[in-house]
Amino acid sequence: MVIIGAGECGGRAAFALRDLGYDGLVTLVGDEPHLPYERPPLSKEAMASDAPEIKAIVSDDLLAEKSIRHLHSVRAVAIDRAAHEVRLSDGSSLSYDKLLLATGSTPRKLPMPGLGPRCVYLRTFADALAIRAYLRPGNRVAVIGGGFIGLELAASARKLGASVTVIEAQPRILMRGVPAEIAAVVHDAHVSEGVDILCGDGIAAIADDGKEVRVALAGGREITADLAIIGIGAVPVTGLAAEAGLAIDNGISVDAQLLTSDPDIFAAGDCCSFPLAVYGGRRVRLEAWRNAQEQGALAARNMLGAGEAHAAVPWFWSDQYALSLQIAGLSDEGKITVRRDLGEGAFILFHLAEDGRLVAASGIGPGNAVARDIRLAEMLIARRATPAPEALGSQAVKLKSLLAV
Amino acid sequence: MSDWVEACAADDIDEEDVMRFDHGGRTFAIYRSPDDEFFATDGLCTHEKVHLADGLVMDDIIECPKHNGRFNYKTGAARGAPVCVNLRTYPVKVDAGKVLIQIG
Ligand SMILES: Cc1cc2nc3c(=O)[nH]c(=O)nc-3n(C[C@H](O)[C@H](O)[C@H](O)COP(=O)(O)OP(=O)(O)OC[C@H]3O[C@@H](n4cnc5c(N)ncnc54)[C@H](O)[C@@H]3O)c2cc1C
Ligand code: FES
Repeated sequence: MVIIGAGECGGRAAFALRDLGYDGLVTLVGDEPHLPYERPPLSKEAMASDAPEIKAIVSDDLLAEKSIRHLHSVRAVAIDRAAHEVRLSDGSSLSYDKLLLATGSTPRKLPMPGLGPRCVYLRTFADALAIRAYLRPGNRVAVIGGGFIGLELAASARKLGASVTVIEAQPRILMRGVPAEIAAVVHDAHVSEGVDILCGDGIAAIADDGKEVRVALAGGREITADLAIIGIGAVPVTGLAAEAGLAIDNGISVDAQLLTSDPDIFAAGDCCSFPLAVYGGRRVRLEAWRNAQEQGALAARNMLGAGEAHAAVPWFWSDQYALSLQIAGLSDEGKITVRRDLGEGAFILFHLAEDGRLVAASGIGPGNAVARDIRLAEMLIARRATPAPEALGSQAVKLKSLLAV
Repeated sequence: MSDWVEACAADDIDEEDVMRFDHGGRTFAIYRSPDDEFFATDGLCTHEKVHLADGLVMDDIIECPKHNGRFNYKTGAARGAPVCVNLRTYPVKVDAGKVLIQIG
């Protein structure tokens, strides 16, 4: 078994193969120099500490104990499907019975001239260290893009005393996947922490002379910063798969069992698009941590012949300041919204389809205030439940009681 | 040998639920199982030190509110990514409607 991409998904898949009792060769190939590690802290805790540390999801000892061969700092450069071989950047090759592509995603590049050394993206630990070096009092940071990573970085930068301007071309932050009511809470939190948020204004030009970055907005404003962090989304890493002739459709296209158009090659995590059963097979690509774990484990089962279909409900969280946001399902599936207040400013929006099915739930509040109810909502969504809107909206009705129905 | 400490009244916790209990600068989680038994573990998740009492109890499992790491609260065993370090458990007894835990 060969796994390309030693991230969250690839790392979990390798261990899942062993947990399932597979005792043949397992090789995990990654182009980063590290053990598989968690990316979510890179915009959160890792940023706020003085000496950011990598949060590895495995140890060398554990890899050795489970006889998982981890090749780091090497890229897979080609797949020879006929010969069942993967060619690596160091000139060697690996043969496989089953191959898993867990190549993840990479930041979408800002298609603009004028970018320079002070215009950066965040995906890897190395990126995080480079950004961290700039986050201190007196420094000005421009965050281009009001999505999750940009906003989490804005919060971390404020915590470290830098001044921050967020530039978002859309009319509001978090346009993609987050209801306006929740985005407004996030917006207010940033403003009260001193972040300048500019929405609805595109970028006309960027000039980076290596000492500072000048960002000219279409509306006429100009922002000067010591560092510009670009967070305008991510694109799936599909080059290797495409060159091998595998079907691509907003990511490496897989079926419900995570199988690509080649019967011996699977793909999972951020790099793949797949049919989401809970929404009748709507094809989606998720960039979410738990999805990477779950799909890694599912791919492992199916590499061993389980033939199991993906059934999970998408789930995502984000932390900014004292606020935590959690979303189960995809809120754009909903037509009707019901609000449930949980006290201390925490609330959940339940999204129902026209036929009354609960399809998503988005919550925000201090700490983990929304966690339990979002988790229960996720279970209701998985069951395609049609809970009464009045029950969802009333704090007096425990969500757990709706599951028993 | 350490003493038994009164944590709460048995009625304070619903069946299949959990409550936080702080004592002597430490934090614990007290559980009432669906079959009406009481258990206690360390209060913080072994992944990122989050209070487990904000999580969801399902049968023998406490699920962490932060990233859904799972533990069997009866044994403390870690039951799935991202948690891999087990939780410490503590003896519990119920006496005259009070839940007592033995803090070691
Ligand atoms: C800063 C940041 C914060 C995040 N915060 C959250 C959050 O709060 N909540 C949440 O749910 N999700 C969050 N995410 C998303 C989450 O981290 C990803 O969904 C998850 O990492 C995806 O795992 P993956 O294994 O599919 O891909 P990745 O983790 O990207 O791993 C893919 C690996 O494959 C390597 N690779 C690619 N091509 C090759 C090749 N040809 N040969 C060898 N190696 C290759 C890559 O270098 C990379 O190491 C965050 C992501 C980032 C970057
Ligand atoms: S803090 Fe508990 S699972 Fe991460």
